Amino acid sequence: MNGRFGKFGGQYAPETIMNVLIELETEYEKAIKDEKFIEEYKYLLKDFVGRETPLYFAKNLTEKLGGAKIYLKREDLNHTGSHKLNNALGQALLAKRMGKKRVIAETGAGQHGVATATAAAMFGMECEIFMGEEDIERQALNVVRMKMLGAKVTPVTTGTGTLKDAVNEAMRNWVENIENTFYIIGSAVGPHPYPTMVRDFQRVIGDEVKVQILEKEGRLPDYIVACVGGGSNSIGIFYPFIEDKNVKLIGVEAAGLGIDTDQHAATIAKGSLGVLHGMMTYLLQDDEGQIMPVYSISAGLDYPGIGPEHAYLMETKRAKYVPITDQEAVDGFMELCRIEGIIPAIESAHAVAEVIKLAPKLPKDQIVVVNLSGRGDKDVDTIAKVLGI
Amino acid sequence: MNRIDKKFETLREKNEKALIPFVTAGDPDLDTTVELVLAMEQAGADIIELGIPYSDPMADGIVIQQSSTRALKNGAKISSVMNTVKDIRKKSQVPLVYLVYYNSVFKYGMEKFIKECSYVGVDGIIIPDLPIEERKDITEIADKYGVYLIPLVAPTSKERIKKITHNGKGFVYCVSTTGVTGVRQEISTDIKEYMDIVSQYTDMPRALGFGISNAEMAAKYKKYCDAIIVGSAVIKKIAEAGDKKEAVENAAKFVADIKKAISNNQ
Repeated sequence: MNGRFGKFGGQYAPETIMNVLIELETEYEKAIKDEKFIEEYKYLLKDFVGRETPLYFAKNLTEKLGGAKIYLKREDLNHTGSHKLNNALGQALLAKRMGKKRVIAETGAGQHGVATATAAAMFGMECEIFMGEEDIERQALNVVRMKMLGAKVTPVTTGTGTLKDAVNEAMRNWVENIENTFYIIGSAVGPHPYPTMVRDFQRVIGDEVKVQILEKEGRLPDYIVACVGGGSNSIGIFYPFIEDKNVKLIGVEAAGLGIDTDQHAATIAKGSLGVLHGMMTYLLQDDEGQIMPVYSISAGLDYPGIGPEHAYLMETKRAKYVPITDQEAVDGFMELCRIEGIIPAIESAHAVAEVIKLAPKLPKDQIVVVNLSGRGDKDVDTIAKVLGI
Repeated sequence: MNRIDKKFETLREKNEKALIPFVTAGDPDLDTTVELVLAMEQAGADIIELGIPYSDPMADGIVIQQSSTRALKNGAKISSVMNTVKDIRKKSQVPLVYLVYYNSVFKYGMEKFIKECSYVGVDGIIIPDLPIEERKDITEIADKYGVYLIPLVAPTSKERIKKITHNGKGFVYCVSTTGVTGVRQEISTDIKEYMDIVSQYTDMPRALGFGISNAEMAAKYKKYCDAIIVGSAVIKKIAEAGDKKEAVENAAKFVADIKKAISNNQ
């Protein structure tokens, strides 16, 4: 397997985990060629996760905006409420196959933590989730769910107490428990083979969209829009369309309070080349390579890096990455609630907000597909506070 | 000849083990770092590791994490650490190695970083998140400037030890446990077996680090290796001191105790 996407990716990992990463790659390659593994994974995606998810024509939003046709890929309808379980299940199956009895994960919004705890419960594995203390507070619903599912939730208080610090702590824990523990990384980040594995486990989203849109419209979409934190839902929906050059791919980053402030997480807009969490990619860093504290209203997008495959898509101009502020995301959130009767995750609302800007500029015969990466129950308190509801 | 090689040659002739303490440059501040280095050398340190403070030290436990945070809060920058080394070099020829995370080197500029190391008198660099597979470019640069890129092995490395130590320079940093840095009461790895395996692959001096927290542990493990590294335990002494003078005194005394424990007349 090639661990690079152009110059991005690689394995910038401590020596202690190198043999484990090599073993992981070998086991993963074997697993995906094993019919029984694929069969079990597909069965679980269907009967447990509830796939395939609908590709829903957002008639009201389309009419209101008066431009291109808007389709919503309903990853919010998956079991556990987001796209995260597609990947957590795949990795957990691999962990089971490798005989690991314990899984750990980092989590920002908590959805990957819940997905990992879910998979661990199903496979009878011990589970510990690392979550920034800032995120524990703003995504309390998910913390309760993880605990109910039997996971230990460990608050991370170092650094900014958000996603990047949770990844650091998970990595440290992995190094300490390397023999018996499988680290289930929740996004398309980390040292090889993780970005590739995560993309492969999330590509079911894009694969389904392709079949569905051809059925409904007889042609491929003009635009696919998805929010990008580490980049798992976005690479999942983008990947099957990369070779379809007429399909424009748009990743939406969190601009927080604005990319001209120091309160954002817009990695592509304001980042530079560097190494973080085992990968060469774009990061938000100062000129000495110190990683910048980032901010976004959305815990899941609050990350100073981006998956290496996205960095590559950006550099080769195959995909474009645009910033959306907290305010725009909250407006998008409310718009979808009121117009379509769907409460999106605040992360996904960033993609919705971009479509609200984009669709009116496009002719009515164009098609835009938005990845609705998750549901927003976990966010209602935060949004209610912002809006004074 | 590189100061590291000279030091190990001298120690070998006397059949002595090397003591390598670690401090974070800039914790509590860079002036104190100069005093710490000089005092520790006086107290018996053979080589000194200087940590370049970093925002996300993935291989470090809480003691060194907090040490790094303190140094960064105090404004430590790579260029000011390089100046600190210049100040040290006015008074000492003690071998110095940086402990630095790869992004710091990468962002600063690999060639710029290594060139400055050579210029100010840093003898080697240890990069804990750069495995052998990613070392080709930086090795070329390091060789060009005569700065040693210290190979690092872990108990999980096994057959990788061969390629990691091949053409290695300085010494082999042997991480004692599967874990991060930190004070430990005991080390569960079979150190004898581990060090035997390493010496099957290389003749380089083997330095054992992570978790060695006191004189007893140093004495226990000295027979299996050629050097003992002490990091978090030294940092703790510095952090727990009442003021900077006491920090330097306590660190020096601690180093003297460990040196005594690993000396031949023990």
